[in-house]
This record gives sequence, structure tokens and C-alpha cells, in this order.
Amino acid sequence: MITHSIAALGRLGIDILRSQGKAGLLLYGAIFRVPSIRKGFPLVIQQIYATGVLSLLIIIVSGLFIGMVVALQGYHTLAKFGASQQLGPLVALSVVRELGPVVTALLFAGRAGSALAAEIGLMKATDQLSSMEMMAVDPLQRVIAPRFWGGSISMPLLTIIFNITAIYGAYLVGVKWLGLDAGAFWSNMQSAVDFHADILNGIYKSIVFGIVVTWIALYQGYEAAPTSAGIANATTRTVVYSSLAVLGLDFVLTAMMIGGW
Amino acid sequence: MNNLVEMSQLGFQRQNRTIFHDIDIAIPQGKITAIMGPSGSGKTTLLRLIGGQLQATQGRVLVKNQDITRLNRRELYALRKRMGMLFQTGGLFTHLTVFENVAFPLREHTQLSENMIRSAVLMKLEMVGLRGARNLMPNELSGGMARRVALARAIALDPDLIMYDEPFSGQDPISMGVLVKLIRTLNDALGLTTIIVSHDVPETLGISDYAYVISDGNIIGKGTPESIAHDNSPQLQQFLTGLPDGPVPFHYPAHTLEQDILGQKSGEPS
Repeated sequence: MITHSIAALGRLGIDILRSQGKAGLLLYGAIFRVPSIRKGFPLVIQQIYATGVLSLLIIIVSGLFIGMVVALQGYHTLAKFGASQQLGPLVALSVVRELGPVVTALLFAGRAGSALAAEIGLMKATDQLSSMEMMAVDPLQRVIAPRFWGGSISMPLLTIIFNITAIYGAYLVGVKWLGLDAGAFWSNMQSAVDFHADILNGIYKSIVFGIVVTWIALYQGYEAAPTSAGIANATTRTVVYSSLAVLGLDFVLTAMMIGGW
Repeated sequence: MNNLVEMSQLGFQRQNRTIFHDIDIAIPQGKITAIMGPSGSGKTTLLRLIGGQLQATQGRVLVKNQDITRLNRRELYALRKRMGMLFQTGGLFTHLTVFENVAFPLREHTQLSENMIRSAVLMKLEMVGLRGARNLMPNELSGGMARRVALARAIALDPDLIMYDEPFSGQDPISMGVLVKLIRTLNDALGLTTIIVSHDVPETLGISDYAYVISDGNIIGKGTPESIAHDNSPQLQQFLTGLPDGPVPFHYPAHTLEQDILGQKSGEPS
């Protein structure tokens, strides 16, 4: 009984290590086996469209509503202390430092990550990847690398757009609806937000999240069992693992940034 | 006669299961060779071993006198440009039109001008009778048409060797007839060497020059279609004539019916 448990534990360990190794090789291939500029550039642009432009609607709508809700909640709390003029800094800091990168990454995992995993899984299940290999075209170079770069480039751009729409949403609620002074709203925000410590750190987070979410999605799709159930599992796992990775990494990155590492 | 592909003492294991055990197969140049066997006998695996997508655990696979297990990635890809493979599902790129699917290998591997690519693609599509379907998307094609497009794509780079994985499965009689004729015509007209992996006995034996039958990891029959048809081995005859019971039993291993019904326990099923 005990030997069985130890053997099972060993097998689990080996399986985990093996999949980590495969994921590492996939990432290595995606980063270094880039196609030539002439062929690769249009492919990356296509993927920026697929992962970035097609995610715009959900990012803009969510950004707008999250900004509006934070402003509404923040206003009522700040008003109790007579500090409602600080609404601009409150919204801007929470959005650019935390909500922007994290919520964008979660939405990105749900919209673009799941689509990537399903697309690659389907290509695998229908022998498109195998036939590409047999045509002497490397799927890592032709399919995985452009998607990796496309996803990693889209994510920070989407975060910037999310931040802008969220702040605009807060402006609509704070200034247009609740009657705060527009000058105070913007100038307080401007003086409280630091470009490096707040905005850039948020963007750095989004770059890391973009790489991680795209990597997870591509790996799950590439290693999916070539069946309908395999593809369904791959998309589910992409969203679950990406969300956990984003939230966990967010804590680590925030600790590093605040701790000044 | 020259052999384009030679597999000697080939062994392959997957997840502790032996798929092939010490088999020797030679594919003569310019001929159609059939590899037949029941489902799950590893026929597709054999094609993947020839294409270098899987690595043999024992023995050698020589393609054009090069040991495919010892090639590096660049050499393997160079060799693959001389091979075409038709997958059971076709493997067409779903986001590209028929024309672009056939043009794909040309765009990837040649520096031909757009005009020349157009002419080459239309010629290949003409060979499979689908020149008129060039603007359709793969989801608008029937199963047989999709296989013909995949065939046009597989011969786009004028390979020396073409491999068909179950080309006839799930085809209506007309598409089957079209595919049978195409495989024979292309082999003869383009001077190809053809390997067909299939379990459709009459169609496959009807067009092949030589055939191997594999089962349980071993070769159970080989020779010309006539000699295979007249072979008296019970295992081979069960496969060729489709008998429900024989060396491959109808029943999955189990306790005897009496033991199961009457609830008697007597150890593991034999």
C-alpha cells in the first residue's frame, strides 16, 4: 500500500516535471524560432488583430464600467471624510497599479487565451499541425511563435486602453454625474500619479501577464488530447491556470515593486 | 529493384505497449505498396515513423538511403520536402481557401512569382478535378473533395514518395472510385512511389503492386495482391474475408459465461 502511494507520488512528480519541461521547450521555441521578418511580420500583425483588436469590445466595456463603479464606491467612502476631491487619485492609482493589468489579464485569458487554446487544439485534432510538419514547415515557427508574440504585444496595449476607459468612466461618474470639479479631479490625479512608480509598473505587470497567459494558452492547446473532450479541457484549463497565475504573479510583482527590488 | 523506404528490425513501443516487434518492410520505388491491418494495429504509426514524426525504439528506417532516426531537424525537413502525406482527415487549413491550401507549401518553400504559383496550383487542382472549387473554403467541401484537395497539396512540391493514411474510409462509392483512380494515375503519371495504409481490402489490393498485412505488431502476410489473396493463413484469411470470429476472437477476454452469471469467482479472466 505504502509502496503504491510512493510510486504514485513519484509518477505524479515525473509527470509534472515532464509537462514543465515541455512547456519550457515550447516557450523557447516560440521566442527563438521566429520566422523571417518578411514572413513573420504579417503573421504577428494577424495575431495582434486576433488577440488584441477582437478583445477590444470586452476590454472597453469592462473598463468603462469598472471605472464607473470604483468612482461611485470611492466617492461615497471619501465623502464621509470630506475627501471627495481625492476621487481622481483614488481611481487612477487603483486602476493603473492593480485593476488595469489584473482585470485586463483575466479578461484576456477568457477571451483571447481560450480562443488560442481552442484554435491550436483544433488544428492538432484535425491533423493540421501534423500535415504542416510533413510539409517541412515547423508548427512552432509558423503557428506558435506568431501567436506568442501577437498575444504578448496585445496585452500591454489592451491594458493601456483599459486604463484610459476606466479613468474616463470615473470622470463620467465623478464629474458629470456627482458634480465634482473637473479641474480638481484631473489636477489631483496628475499630482498623485507617478509615471514610473505607478504607470510603468502597471505596464510591466501587464507585459508579464501577457507572456504568461499566452504561454499557458499555447501550451494547453499544443498538448491537448486530439479529441473534442481534449479541446474542451484545454480551454477550461487555460482560463483556470491563467487566472491563478495572474493573481499569484500579481502578488509577487506588487511585493517586488513596493519592496523596491 | 531499388527500395525507396526500408525498415529493418523495426521496433516501436508506446507507454509500455509494443506496437511493432522486429518487423522488416521494404517499399519499392515507383510502385504502390499497401500496408493493411485491423484498426489499432499501428498502421498510421508506421507512416509517422517513415515521416520522422515518431522515433523508432529499435531498428532502422531508411528513406532514400538516409536513416531518418539520425537526421537533424534541418536534414529531416529537407527530406520531408520530398515526401507528401495525405492524412485521414485531410488536414486542410480551415482558415485558408482551397487555392491557398494548395499554394501553402509553394509559398513556404519556393521563391516563385505569384503568376507561377497560380499556374502550379491550378495544374495540381486540375489533376484532382477541383480547379473549379479553388475559391471554396474547406468547410464547404465534401469529405471526398477535401481529400482530393489535400492530395493536390501533398503533390504540390512534386515529391518522390506519397503516403496515404486510410484514403478510402468513410467515402461513398463514387468518391472511392475517384480516389482509387487518382492514386493509380498520379503514381504512374508522376513517377511517384506510393504507400497506402488502409483496411479497405478490395479497393487497396485492387490498385497495389505489393502488400503487407500487419497485426499485433507482426507482419502476418506479404506479397503481391494475388499471393496474399491465396494465402491460407487463418489470421490473414480472417482479416481479408472479414470473419467475425477466428484467430482474432469475437469475445473480449472474460470469465466464462457460467461463472459470470452464477456469480462464481475463480481468479483473473483468462
